[in-house]
Amino acid sequence: MPEPLTRNQIAWRVGRDVPDGSFVNLGIGMPELVANFLPEDREIVFQSENGILGMGPRPEPGEEDEELVNAGKKLVTLLPGGSFFHHADSFAMIRGGHIDICVLGAFQISETGDLANWTTGNDALPGVGGAMDLVAGSKRVFIMTTHNTKGGDPKIVKECTLPLTGKGCVSTVYSDIAVIDFGPDGPIVREKLDGLEFDELQERTGVPLRLANDWQPLEAPALG
Amino acid sequence: MMNKITGSLDEAIADIHDGAVIHVGGFGLAGSPIDLLHALADKGTRDLTIVSNNAGVGRVGIARLLYNGQVSKIVCSFPRQQNSTVIDDLHREGKIELELVPQGTLAERIRAAGAGVGGFYTPTSVGTPLAEGKEHRVIDGKEYVLELPIHADFALIKAERGDRWGNLVYHKAQRNFGPPMCMAADTTIVQVRQVVDLGELDPEAIATPSIFVDRVVEVPDPLSERVLVAEEEKQANA
Repeated sequence: MPEPLTRNQIAWRVGRDVPDGSFVNLGIGMPELVANFLPEDREIVFQSENGILGMGPRPEPGEEDEELVNAGKKLVTLLPGGSFFHHADSFAMIRGGHIDICVLGAFQISETGDLANWTTGNDALPGVGGAMDLVAGSKRVFIMTTHNTKGGDPKIVKECTLPLTGKGCVSTVYSDIAVIDFGPDGPIVREKLDGLEFDELQERTGVPLRLANDWQPLEAPALG
Repeated sequence: MMNKITGSLDEAIADIHDGAVIHVGGFGLAGSPIDLLHALADKGTRDLTIVSNNAGVGRVGIARLLYNGQVSKIVCSFPRQQNSTVIDDLHREGKIELELVPQGTLAERIRAAGAGVGGFYTPTSVGTPLAEGKEHRVIDGKEYVLELPIHADFALIKAERGDRWGNLVYHKAQRNFGPPMCMAADTTIVQVRQVVDLGELDPEAIATPSIFVDRVVEVPDPLSERVLVAEEEKQANA
């Protein structure tokens, strides 16, 4: 079994698929890493659903402003060209189909691209935030995840057993061992780790996969 | 003469009554009207319904009202945060009613109330537990869920500058729920860092026009959630 990608490497790989000129919303947690690994020759604008376009990195010490936070309530900055707007407008952007790509995490993805990522079903206190709006409205939904749970169960399953975030919304799953597109023809493997046999990938996935004729090895530079 | 400037926080919230439904602006620490909320905590008003994105952290802001037992229902999108122990406990003990609403649906339900819209169809939440029991409708081949407006008796909002007519300018991402909530309450009460003379605000920059605001109270040095929570943690560890 070849070495799976690290979280940073998955983020790097996602970044390759974000075209120049995209408006992108990154979910809280692992997706936030994507901002660190974008190709430098591309201009990409980050939306934060609390009301920011053109969100920049965390502030330098002394530059913090408590009224400028991201969706994860962390302090951030605004880049030149950035703008502020209220929540109803922010979700008009999201629901209205103006966001090119959102990147989210997942508990489960179904064969037809259903996503479950907001509750394990027995949380002490559930919270949904903007996830359901993002998957309903974004032009493309990228999922960043480990291929299997810590217990080894597949995250790509026939039917989600956890409460859904949205139906048929997932465009592409970027896991630590493969890149898989979801569409009307079912899941198609576009990339898999060099040296990972298709049978082994299939073994670790809960639904039948097809290997694209022009599949490529999944590679990323050493990033830690 | 129109003068919405109110002399004190206590005066600004004096008529908030038991059982009131209150829109509370803010997203995490940004735009949270902590000074107004703490005045309400001191007043002791009970049986409140709070509509807000979050449920507060530590024992600050909304979390203080919750801790005091002043809230019977909360409508929000994301109650769980680091250090949101008060809502965690109340929910586990069944001492509070929680209505979970997707964030964009929450914002639009509030906007709808302010805009006189009787409801709207959204694709958000179709196929999920949060759409159960709601009217569904297919429009141009796409499935939507009917969502209804959320009107409030009062709105508590934080802004940067305001004038005696009630025009508001916000600071950065503080704006978040301010404009839609100001529209959607019978009485909108705003704490601003600075009151300025009529005409001083750039009309092009006014994000909430005066008509949506009822009271403006100046709080030049507003309480900070971050500072207050850090102080609480320091005390707890002492």
